Amino acid sequence: MKKTLWIGLGLTLLFLLAAAVSLLWTPFDIESLDIRNKLRPPDAQNWLGTDHFGRDILSMVMSGARTSIAVALVAVGIGMGLGVPLGLWAAARRGAWLDEMIMRGNDLIFAFPSLVIAILITAVFGASAVNAIIAIGIFNIPVFARLSRSAALSLWQRDFILAARTCGKSAFRISYEHILPNMINLLIVQGTIQFSLGILAEAALSYIGLGAQPPVASWGRMLADAQTLVSIAPHVALAPGMAIVLMVLGLNLLGDGLRDWLDPKLRVTRA
Amino acid sequence: MSLLAVDNLSLQINDTDILHDVSFAVQPREIVALTGESGSGKSITALSVMGLLPQGTVVSGQVQFDGQSLLDLPEPAFCRLRGNDIAMVFQEPMTALNPVQTIGAQVAEAIRIHQRITRRAAWTHAAKTLDRVGLPNAQFPLNTYPHQLSGGQRQRVVIAIAIAMRPKLLIADEPTTALDVTTQATVLALLKDLVADFDMGLLIITHDLAVVRQFADQIVVMQKGQVVEAGPTEVVFDQMRHPYTRSLFAASQHQVDLPAPPKPAPLLSVKDVTRIYKRPAQTLFGKATAFTAVQDVSFELHKGERVGLVGESGCGKSTLTRAILGLDATQSGEITLGGLPVFSGNAPQHSVQRKMQVVFQDPYGSFNPRHKVARLIAEPLYLSDNPPQGAVRAELIAQTLQDVGLTPEDAEKYIHEFSGGQRQRIAIARALISEPELIIFDEAVSALDVSVRAQILDLLADLCRKRPLAYLFISHDLSVVRSVTDRVLVMQAGKIMEQGQTETVFQDPKHPYTKALLDAAPRLDSPV
Amino acid sequence: MIRYSLHRALSLILSLLVASVVIFTVIEVIPGDTAAFMLGVNARPDTIAALRAELGLDQGGFARYLTWVTGMLQGDFGQSYTYRTPVAELIADRIWVSLPLALYALFLAVVIAFPAGLYAASRRGRLGDISVMGATQIGVAIPNFWFAMLMVLVFAIHLRWVSAGGFPGWDQGLGAGIKALTLPAISLALPQAAILTRVLRSSLLDMLGEDFMRTARAKGLSRRQSLWRHALRNALIPVLTIIGLQFAFLIAGGIVIEQVFFLPGLGRLIFQAISARDLIVVESVVMLLVFLIIVVNFIIDIAYAAIDPRLRARA
Repeated sequence: MKKTLWIGLGLTLLFLLAAAVSLLWTPFDIESLDIRNKLRPPDAQNWLGTDHFGRDILSMVMSGARTSIAVALVAVGIGMGLGVPLGLWAAARRGAWLDEMIMRGNDLIFAFPSLVIAILITAVFGASAVNAIIAIGIFNIPVFARLSRSAALSLWQRDFILAARTCGKSAFRISYEHILPNMINLLIVQGTIQFSLGILAEAALSYIGLGAQPPVASWGRMLADAQTLVSIAPHVALAPGMAIVLMVLGLNLLGDGLRDWLDPKLRVTRA
Repeated sequence: MSLLAVDNLSLQINDTDILHDVSFAVQPREIVALTGESGSGKSITALSVMGLLPQGTVVSGQVQFDGQSLLDLPEPAFCRLRGNDIAMVFQEPMTALNPVQTIGAQVAEAIRIHQRITRRAAWTHAAKTLDRVGLPNAQFPLNTYPHQLSGGQRQRVVIAIAIAMRPKLLIADEPTTALDVTTQATVLALLKDLVADFDMGLLIITHDLAVVRQFADQIVVMQKGQVVEAGPTEVVFDQMRHPYTRSLFAASQHQVDLPAPPKPAPLLSVKDVTRIYKRPAQTLFGKATAFTAVQDVSFELHKGERVGLVGESGCGKSTLTRAILGLDATQSGEITLGGLPVFSGNAPQHSVQRKMQVVFQDPYGSFNPRHKVARLIAEPLYLSDNPPQGAVRAELIAQTLQDVGLTPEDAEKYIHEFSGGQRQRIAIARALISEPELIIFDEAVSALDVSVRAQILDLLADLCRKRPLAYLFISHDLSVVRSVTDRVLVMQAGKIMEQGQTETVFQDPKHPYTKALLDAAPRLDSPV
Repeated sequence: MIRYSLHRALSLILSLLVASVVIFTVIEVIPGDTAAFMLGVNARPDTIAALRAELGLDQGGFARYLTWVTGMLQGDFGQSYTYRTPVAELIADRIWVSLPLALYALFLAVVIAFPAGLYAASRRGRLGDISVMGATQIGVAIPNFWFAMLMVLVFAIHLRWVSAGGFPGWDQGLGAGIKALTLPAISLALPQAAILTRVLRSSLLDMLGEDFMRTARAKGLSRRQSLWRHALRNALIPVLTIIGLQFAFLIAGGIVIEQVFFLPGLGRLIFQAISARDLIVVESVVMLLVFLIIVVNFIIDIAYAAIDPRLRARA
């Protein structure tokens, strides 16, 4: 099953590379319009064709990768950065009211899907890529909090934690010295999965206009633009869609491969 | 013709040799014990008779049951045989039953797959079977769920499932290992009774030679996938032709040579300790009930003394241990070590905890898998006010490893590179490094094979000869406690029932519970 | 069981309360002067004052919150500023598109996932398992709205089997309504079905390693029988958790899919309200969505107890 890992890693690196390259160079300038060349099917010059403004779709896809990756990565960072400490804290105080409060709070956030959070934020602050990051990030918090709490709870039952306690170590010290290192694998795998879900969520938010705004390139908005053109120029809808599918597929395969490689018994959630 | 005849059974899983030319036979009404240490291949032998081998297994040889060959029996025919003519009971009663089905449904199912009878008739039969294994309907209705039963009761349900169709052969894989001594005795008696009643053959797999001696007609001793000795139990125990049988027997009976304890000087004092847990209410408007895990327990432990704490599961030994270690607060009472309370205010006292260390049961769960041995065993140094650094620390670690029979080079290894016995040595090294006055052993040798256990017990005796160490030895295993302690406490339902010099208590128990415990424990020396 | 249900119901009410406070705070407290916000920078002071009075903004925050909550309890969601109609009426028109869509999709996801998951688990490691798992790997990666666009391209534009979007209304007959919702429901359901299939399969495979499955085999049950009779019900417990989470995604995803198919559902209402800065409509629709999600999760919690007797015993 090593194949899964390599394919996933390959696809992920491909998109990371495309996003990195787009910072310095894209085949065409995506901010200059060339209406005479609009909706050209793929050819030797524009490998993926042009859109309704005559922009090169390959360049747009490369720039869009940057937006997707940036949004999803920061959102996972927010989720991990807040969720993991919360989960560890709850587990250290297992059974106490603090644990109960943290977990109830988490349950509540699960009733607010990223899209609903994005709607609320956008209604008050207007649409932007930052909103997408916050909306997806907030939803990631309970994912990581629950995961790390349940992993930490089972670790707290282990004898080596009891041994550490008899050595006079505080719950805080035990959490970062013994608990955290033993759930790194789990966090890496779940982080990869959340990254891929973040890509999907960012695309959906941009598609309905709650995410990145022009002139920032984004796969979701490319699809929104393509919607009315799909019958006359299907290629404008295919390229960004395939980009999303391949990037998400790559991350999922990477996650599965990492899990098989690190520890096949890891329990991650995917929803 | 034998009921079950295994001839030259050899077996490989993924190209690893597991069994090699195993042969033995079981007659009707006969109890045959397969015995040996872990990795000897006893369980896999049973699974090959049941036709439940894992995938990727290559088998050769012959397994004849009641005249038909089992190894080439097609799966549908085997399904008709399993549970009907051959049945099996497993080791872990806590997980052997489906948690979301009632016990009635699980027993009735065993009947209905083999017999075309109505649901009602099957349930009546199930009720009778449960009654037969000692779970009368009035007390244990058919709609009871497994989680409402104790381990011993669940094992009876598993037995009921197995015997519901009156099989000709019953296979029991370590059926009492997870149970308390008194429960073990009743379950073994039930099995013996069923053998006579149903004219069954019973193949029992156990690592416990004392159980074998008291229980089995025939014994088959296995080592590393081979049968090293077999025959009628009395003959085998009498002659012990194979050196492995002799060493197994010697290890099971192992007595350590303890130095005499020094003059009594108080070290640990437990005074009127009570620990109560709250339990959530069981009914809608019921109040939360309280469960007293430890009640008014008092005892003293002197410097250099080895004290045993004996009791069955749920008797409160673990709760008491946690309280002594300062991990949990108590409701009332006082625990002091060297005159200082282990738990003062809201937290345990570092200066007191330093004098006390612990060794746990599970050699696999006791260590952080991500740290090297040096860091693992140095952890208690955290308690000292100025922990040794650099070369002094490395020297201390090396010395401690040597003291427990390991090498200084082991310090740079990870825990997964060690066997179970070696891990317990590392656990003892961790307990020794801060030079404590008291070490608590919480079932510390229970998970080990007899030969390894004997070595660890010798190490313990050796250590307390060289260092001023007191032991609190918590165990359910009476023979182990008898061999390594000077004094013993017997605990039941949160209270200490009896305490005294170990030999006195074992030879002349005063309390009825102590007597019951001693009677129930199978013994190696005197067959019934 | 009763105790457990009451406990859950209490936690349901608490969740709804906290959720309503959060939504109210974001919409009516954070923007500062809601009336000025709704009317934009060019509004005349007297128009703002009029709207303030209409919204009752001169009252304190807590009083307004109480009015809002008690109003909702009586079915009064306030007055839309842009539509000049009660929000309850706006919602009533549209919820009969959005809710059936989410339930239809949930139904499809379950109907697809259960056979697929059981099949894959029973053929573990064989060709059937590998193909199902490969398909779910793709299914998980496809954005539902893009999948919807492709389906429109194929079934509406090329094959002309269905219209590209729109909704005739339930008064045109149940069949017409269902037909209009079918493509949207399929595009919503497929990615979720892929996830559910994976969860069910791995949950079943976990169960195969349990001791009680060995007991079942020792009774004489075949591999297939033991899977059906013993593994499935135990495996449902984690699967239910995922179904609960998925309902939230279907409700939210429905809003996106409505855009692809031009369905007159809550999604459309909410986007119009956002661009018109009609915060009262946004507030109420969001509250309704969250309410639906919390209630479904309450039902799931009760279903747990029906499956697992150990839960019934606990509070």
